[in-house]
Amino acid sequence: MTNWLRLSSPQTFYPLAGQMAPWFAGLAAVLAAAGLHIAFFVAPTDAQQGESYRIIFVHVPVSWMSMFLYVVMAGWAAIGLAFNTRLSHMMAAALAPTGAMFAFLSLWTGALWGKPTWGTYWVWDARLTSELVLLFLYLGFLALHAAIDDPRRADKACAVLALVGVVNVPIIYFSVQWWNTLHQGASVSVTRAPSMAAAMFAGMLVMVFAFWMYSIAVALVRLRAIILERERHAGWVHELRGAPA
Amino acid sequence: MREDGDPRAAALGLLRRDLLLALRRKPDALAPVVFFVLVASLFPLGVGPEPELLRRIGPGVLWVGALLATMLSLARLFAADYEDGTLEQIALSPEPLWLLAAAKVAAHWLVSGLPLVVVAPVLALQYGLPADTIAVLVASLLLGTPVLSLVGAIGAALTLGVRGGGLLVALVVLPLYVPALVFGAGAVDANLAGTGAAAHLSLLGACLALAAFFAPWAITAALRIALE
Repeated sequence: MTNWLRLSSPQTFYPLAGQMAPWFAGLAAVLAAAGLHIAFFVAPTDAQQGESYRIIFVHVPVSWMSMFLYVVMAGWAAIGLAFNTRLSHMMAAALAPTGAMFAFLSLWTGALWGKPTWGTYWVWDARLTSELVLLFLYLGFLALHAAIDDPRRADKACAVLALVGVVNVPIIYFSVQWWNTLHQGASVSVTRAPSMAAAMFAGMLVMVFAFWMYSIAVALVRLRAIILERERHAGWVHELRGAPA
Repeated sequence: MREDGDPRAAALGLLRRDLLLALRRKPDALAPVVFFVLVASLFPLGVGPEPELLRRIGPGVLWVGALLATMLSLARLFAADYEDGTLEQIALSPEPLWLLAAAKVAAHWLVSGLPLVVVAPVLALQYGLPADTIAVLVASLLLGTPVLSLVGAIGAALTLGVRGGGLLVALVVLPLYVPALVFGAGAVDANLAGTGAAAHLSLLGACLALAAFFAPWAITAALRIALE
C-alpha cells in the first residue's frame, strides 16, 4: 500500500510536483486551444449582444476559478493548521497569487464586457462588488504573508486569515446582494439570458477546465520554488544542486 | 495570577486594568472620537453644504467614519502589551485565553467604540438627519461597533509586531468589515427611505452574534501564533 502521507513532506513532493506540472500545463494548453476554438468558430453569435459576448469564455471561468481557488486555499490552510503540515501551508501560499490574478482578471474582463453591453465599465452590482471584495481578501492574504519574516508564523497567521475570510465570503456576498437590491432596485442585471446555446455552454466548460489545469500547473511550479526557498539549508536541496551537503 | 483560578475575576480584572490605562492616557483614548468628528466635518467641505445632499450621504459617511476610526485604534489593542511582555504573561495564565482576549476586546469597544456611538447623534444633526433616523443610527452603531472591534481584533492579533503594521491592519480588516457597513448604513438609509430598518438591524444583530461566537476563537489562535 502506498503511504500517501509520505507525500506531505516537501522533500518527497518536490520531484513529484516537477513531474506533474508539465502534464497539467500541457492539458491546460490543449483545453484552452479547444475552448478558444469553440469560442471563436463554433459558438454562434449572440442574438442580443452580438460578438461582444464572446468574452464570456474567459470572464465566467476566471470568476469561478477566483472563488473556487479561495475555498481551496482555505482548505489547505485548515489542513495545515489541523495537522501542522508545512506543505499544506506552502500550497495555500502558492495558490494565493493565482487566485488574486483571476479575481483581477474577472473584474477586468467584466469591465470590458460591461462597456458594450451595459454602456458602462462598472456598476455597483452585487456580483461585481463581491468580486472586488474577494480581490481585497486575496490582497490582504498576500500582504500579510509578505510582511511576516518568519515563514512558520506567516503560514499560520495567513491560515487563520484565510479561514476567517472563507467564513466571511458568503456573508459578504449576501450582504452586498441585499445592499444592492434594497438600495437602488434592479438597475442592471448580470444574469444572462436563460436560453444558452449548447456550444456556448460547452466552450465555457472547456475553458473552465483549461483554467483549472492552468491553476494546478502554476501552483505546482510556484510550490517548487517555495519549497526550494524554505528548504535551502536542507541537505537534500544541496544534493539537488550537486554540491556536497 | 491568583491560584484559585476564577476566570471571571481574571477577565474583569483585565477589563478594569485596560479601562484604567485608557483613562490615564486620555489623548490616546480620545483620538478615535476626534478623528471621527474630523472626518465627518471634512465631507461637507468636500461635497458642498446642500442639506438635501448631506442628508442623502450622511448615513454612509458617518458609518464609514466610525469604521475608519475603529480601525485606526486597533493598532493599540494588543501592541503595548505585546511589546512589554504582558501579553505573554496573559497567555501563560491558567485562565482561558479566549476569555481574556474577549475582555481586552470589550475594553477596546468601551474606549473606542462606545464614544463613537455617543457623538454620532451630534454629527447626525449636522447632516440634517431627522430624530427617528438618528435613533436608528445610534441603534445600528450600538450593534455594529462591537462587530468592528471583534473582527478588527483578529486583524490586530494577526499583525502583531509585523512590519508596516497600521496599513497592513487596514488591508486585512477592511474587506471583513463590508457586511457590518452594508447592514449598518443600510439600516439608517432604510429608515430615511421609510421602508423600516428592522430587517437591517436584525441582520446586523446576527453579524454580532456570529462575531461574538467565532472571533474570540480566531483572536486566540492569532495571539498564540504571534507569541510562538
